[in-house]
Amino acid sequence: MMSDFLSPVALVPALPLAGALLAALVRDPRFGAYVAIAAAAGGFAAACLLPSEIGSSLFLLVDPVSAHLALLTAFVGLTTAIYSRRYIARELETGRLDETRVQRYHTVLLCFLGFMLLALLSNNLGIAWVALEAATISAVLGVGLPRTAESIEASWKFFLICGVGIALALFGTVVLYLAAMPALGPGYGAMTWTELAQAAPQIRPTLLNLAFVFLLVGYGTKAGLVPLHSWMPDAHAEGPTPISAVLAGSVLNVALLLIMRLRGVMAANGQSIDPGPPLMALGLFSVLLGAFSLWGRRDVKRFFAFSSIEQSGLAAFAIGLGGVGGIFAALLHMTVHTLAKSAVYQAVGRAAQRKGGQTFNDITGLIASDRALGLTLAAAVIAVAGLPPFGLFASEVLVLSESLRHTPLLTPLLMLGLLVGGWKLLARLISLCLGPPTEAVGPAVNWVALLPTWVHLAIIAVLGFAMPSAVAEWLVAAARSIPGGAL
Amino acid sequence: MNHIGYGVMSYDVAHLLGGTMLLLSFALLSQRRIASTIDTYAIQAVTLAIAACWQGWVQHEPSLYLTGAIAFGAKAVVIPLMLKRSVRLLNLHDAREQALSIFTAMALGVALVALSIMVVLPTTMQAGALTREDLALALSVVLLGLLMMITRRTAFTQVIGFMSLENGLILAAVGVAGMPLVVELSVAVLVLVGFVVFGVFLRRMRVHFHSLDTTHLDRVGSAQR
Amino acid sequence: MSALAGLLALLLHMALMLAAAPLLIGLARKAKARMVGREGPPIVQPWRDIARLLRKQPVVADSTSWLFRAAPTVSFAATLAAAALVPSFALGMLSGDASDLLVLAGLLALGRAVLALAGMDTGTSFGGIGASREMTFAVVAEPALLLVVYTLALLAGTTNLDSIASLIASGVLGLRISMAMALVAACLVAIAECGRVPVDNPATHLELTMVHEAMVLEYSGRHLALIELTAALRLLVWTSLILVIFAPFGIAPHLAEGGAWIGLLWVRGVVAWGVKVAILGLILAAFETTRAKLRVFRVPELLGAALLLGFLAAILLFVSQGFAAELPTIGGLG
Repeated sequence: MMSDFLSPVALVPALPLAGALLAALVRDPRFGAYVAIAAAAGGFAAACLLPSEIGSSLFLLVDPVSAHLALLTAFVGLTTAIYSRRYIARELETGRLDETRVQRYHTVLLCFLGFMLLALLSNNLGIAWVALEAATISAVLGVGLPRTAESIEASWKFFLICGVGIALALFGTVVLYLAAMPALGPGYGAMTWTELAQAAPQIRPTLLNLAFVFLLVGYGTKAGLVPLHSWMPDAHAEGPTPISAVLAGSVLNVALLLIMRLRGVMAANGQSIDPGPPLMALGLFSVLLGAFSLWGRRDVKRFFAFSSIEQSGLAAFAIGLGGVGGIFAALLHMTVHTLAKSAVYQAVGRAAQRKGGQTFNDITGLIASDRALGLTLAAAVIAVAGLPPFGLFASEVLVLSESLRHTPLLTPLLMLGLLVGGWKLLARLISLCLGPPTEAVGPAVNWVALLPTWVHLAIIAVLGFAMPSAVAEWLVAAARSIPGGAL
Repeated sequence: MNHIGYGVMSYDVAHLLGGTMLLLSFALLSQRRIASTIDTYAIQAVTLAIAACWQGWVQHEPSLYLTGAIAFGAKAVVIPLMLKRSVRLLNLHDAREQALSIFTAMALGVALVALSIMVVLPTTMQAGALTREDLALALSVVLLGLLMMITRRTAFTQVIGFMSLENGLILAAVGVAGMPLVVELSVAVLVLVGFVVFGVFLRRMRVHFHSLDTTHLDRVGSAQR
Repeated sequence: MSALAGLLALLLHMALMLAAAPLLIGLARKAKARMVGREGPPIVQPWRDIARLLRKQPVVADSTSWLFRAAPTVSFAATLAAAALVPSFALGMLSGDASDLLVLAGLLALGRAVLALAGMDTGTSFGGIGASREMTFAVVAEPALLLVVYTLALLAGTTNLDSIASLIASGVLGLRISMAMALVAACLVAIAECGRVPVDNPATHLELTMVHEAMVLEYSGRHLALIELTAALRLLVWTSLILVIFAPFGIAPHLAEGGAWIGLLWVRGVVAWGVKVAILGLILAAFETTRAKLRVFRVPELLGAALLLGFLAAILLFVSQGFAAELPTIGGLG
């Protein structure tokens, strides 16, 4: 047990939020960028201490899964903050954003990061919900920052759909509390993950099922599961790229973590319905829809957003499979996908600034015009497409093998979706990077500026190619902490 | 001749307040004019505040009085005032609002109420009758708020539908005995949503589209891109 | 002994209803006139009109059939039968066992249907307009009424008006929102059935706005007198119905409960009833003065609201009772 407010665990969300407050007070855009980097770095440093702080208190819970995801989120937050410094400076130059909006941007970015970390590390269901809602609001404001009509539409859609999802998730939270109340009594107990996990067999199964439906729908919206995914392509496409880069991975992780925990509680309670099949169904639909929607897309960022839907569906499918194998695969997949997707978006963002537009017509022949950027983008897209040596290949193979072991009938469908998606990604890679270049509008990008992206790619390569045994054991420990067998 | 058992006062009053909120949700669905929509929402917020205070008295939980006070102050007074000010500033006229006819909307509303009752009541057999009923009515209000968001065209009334959905959520939260401090947190965040987002959005949408008709917002979402 | 008392009560009740019906109409008219600043006709004027019409010879169109001449009588008979079923000042009248809400709805529907047929029988376009409009309103009003009946039946376990009234008069039911919704729904249905503003203006003769008047446009002489009396009686029946269900203060109970004081209780019942009817008449007048008549195609919306209220009243009763197997507990803790 640790005291809540001064421990390093509390610093993880607190530092970004403090940075947000600071950024809100300061008008100078450069200073704001440095505040963002500093706050994100502080959060990351505190997060590095998390693996040694496994334990729980009334409000905070650090178990291997949440420590892993918090570390991941903090890391991506840091690299995004570093990346965003130059990106926003460029946006300021071209006039897409003005100073006030840049100030708001930094505030929003740090708020978003801080609240997501809070949601990941929270032990209390209600606080996790509040944090996720606050993160959603920050993201909505962020997506609406550029002054175009499309961004307003995207943020409006985002607000409506995610708002409804969050509302339904609150209802699910209330019902879950009601379910657990006779076992744990009124008060904080019935809202705490640790106590829920312990008292799971005594929770009323019918209410638990009802809660599951609402929580799945509500948090599934945030994870981008079909059919509640329609906010995602627009939000990723129209918002400022760093917000897309952070949004792309991290919100999905938070939502999937909550769903994972719920799955654990339900599995421990023998009489509720098996949460696996609904999760697997939604996941499979997301994979197929995401993969087949990759056709006919003209905007690059929307294209990759659909790829995110596909990968998120795969993670949900793995969570649905359950068991140590399934959760291990899910965690690995979430990790590499977050890193890979942010790498892609970082590269695409630079490319869009370079070429002055973000459709496939605008961006072609990158390798010919900018070697550094072109090669980076090529590597990132190969990573996302699931080719070796990058980690996504390993995680996809793991999910497929787990699926083959437990649900052999669904595996061909899954494989179809993954292959179709991968193929389309590679086809677009060719059009993006090879061939005659379009004219360049923005400044050139050198290798140094692409450093954050290459760090991501390096980590993914290591995880895919030669995962250190310590990391593997860490992930297995994380997977074991979620009860719930395979089918 | 048998007739139903009569409850204690706590039950009856909660039933009364919950039923009033449900009725007001239907009234919201059927409003044609913006001013009357805002007024109906304000009345629903007042009912919610009274319901929260009543639950606070019944459950001997003083923090619920605070919830009721916040609901009253923010949702029944400040937000309707801000909405009316927005209507004046944005110069909104009573446009052709409905995507569905009122009759169809009402029929769907009744179906949703029946659905929510059939879903909630059997699954909550072991809980106390007061909680079950509050939960069923709250879910009905939530679904009706959702229906209102779907059946309206302008962003303004969609936001009101969303806030009516929040009212239902808070009704659910206060109905369950003993939920801790989080009730206040939830209220605070929901109110924040209402303040921040619609204030930001409606102004912008108006500036960009010269109207709040969300059927204009079809540029991005087509299959072409 | 109670049968004798019941018969006495019934006879007194019928006399009261017939006498008071035109007076209610007169009161409403006078009040409306006063509210808009006119002097208004005396309250007994409707009686004078009926007396005058009875002295005149009816003029009947060539194109009509036996239905035209029979309709006023049938309609009056149906409404009179309905009046016999609705308690006014005392419960436990001889007709108590027969006073079923569904029978009442049927009798009132019969009265309306016959008049509509008569309207069409004349072959004029006015008659057709009136009949079709009246029937359109009835299509939405009847289900609303039935839902109100259903709600009351759920509460009391029976559709017998006498039993329902005594249950509600005993005050056991407490505060129920379903009753409030049923009250509003019943008032809306009553307004539609009696042809008052905002559904229909009883004083109009403009062709675009007539509903009831259009159906009976061709009547004269004693036929018209019967029809006027029927309309007045209808209004009084609805008023009494609403009062006995939703505001049963002062009504005399059954002979078994009243015992020796039954005579005194009856007097008290008559006074109470008279006062309540007068108040309701004034409220009606105020309501009519402050409202404009609705356009014809909006009336189904108003009645749709009544239907919705009826639905909600029934549904809320289900929520509080239907699936629950146990009595409610304080605080809702399991």
